[in-house]
Amino acid sequence: MDNNWLYIGLFFLVAPLIPALAILAPLFLAPKKPNKIKSQIYECGIETYGETWIQFKVQYYIFALIFLVFDIETVFLYPWAVAYNSLPLFAVFEGVLFIIILLAGLVYVWRKGDLEWV
Amino acid sequence: MTGMDSLFLIFAVITLISAFLVVTTKNLFHAALWLIMTLFGVAAIYVLLNAFYLAVIQVIVYIGAIAILMIFAIMLTQRVMNPSGRIFNKNWIIAALLGAFMFIGLVIISMQTGASKTTLPQISGQLDTVSELGQALVSPNAYVIPFEVASVLLLAALIGAIFVSRKR
Repeated sequence: MDNNWLYIGLFFLVAPLIPALAILAPLFLAPKKPNKIKSQIYECGIETYGETWIQFKVQYYIFALIFLVFDIETVFLYPWAVAYNSLPLFAVFEGVLFIIILLAGLVYVWRKGDLEWV
Repeated sequence: MTGMDSLFLIFAVITLISAFLVVTTKNLFHAALWLIMTLFGVAAIYVLLNAFYLAVIQVIVYIGAIAILMIFAIMLTQRVMNPSGRIFNKNWIIAALLGAFMFIGLVIISMQTGASKTTLPQISGQLDTVSELGQALVSPNAYVIPFEVASVLLLAALIGAIFVSRKR
């Protein structure tokens, strides 16, 4: 196994520690004098209304669908990009053609107005 | 037990526990979060098997996109905070028995055919399989036609999915 993966594993151990510290430190450091206004839920300074667990708009799902397709595009483009330096010019254009074909999909959803946030 | 074995055990336990929680958690949204943990455990096991490309794909596609898609689907279909209805229906005993039999059958078959004793062929050279794959994908002697067809397939999938999900 490559040692680089141990570094990534290290990140997974360290990464939870930082937000945990940020949350736990005020427990010991901060003075606590709660009142009704102070213990309200904070949301951009605007008073909250309604429930937090609401039904999402369907457009999130459509955006996620589009994202999924372009994410799978990276499955093919990632090895192509890794091998980029050792490829002949013809093979580079093969990859460009791949991108152009998928660009047609982006143009389609754009022209049809599915990217408009309504 | 070597270090690799203990690492495998840790990730296998993480994967199994979170997979169990996916099916037993009552809140669907939390189940989706446990599913992400399961997929991550599988990605770590891919790394231990030296299947680096698969591990990267697992993180990019499954954790990065499909889990997000599932969470969005849950957020727009369910009343997430008040789950109603039971998790298990009345057929769960039959399903559990069938699953156990399938597992035992697979174990017996793999022991009889000696699949566990077969040594895997070594991959030639260094760990540059991703680069080799990239060259094979766009080489005219290998997979260039499937590579381009895949983009057409993705295009069709994109347009089809958008067309079906659009408001009419």
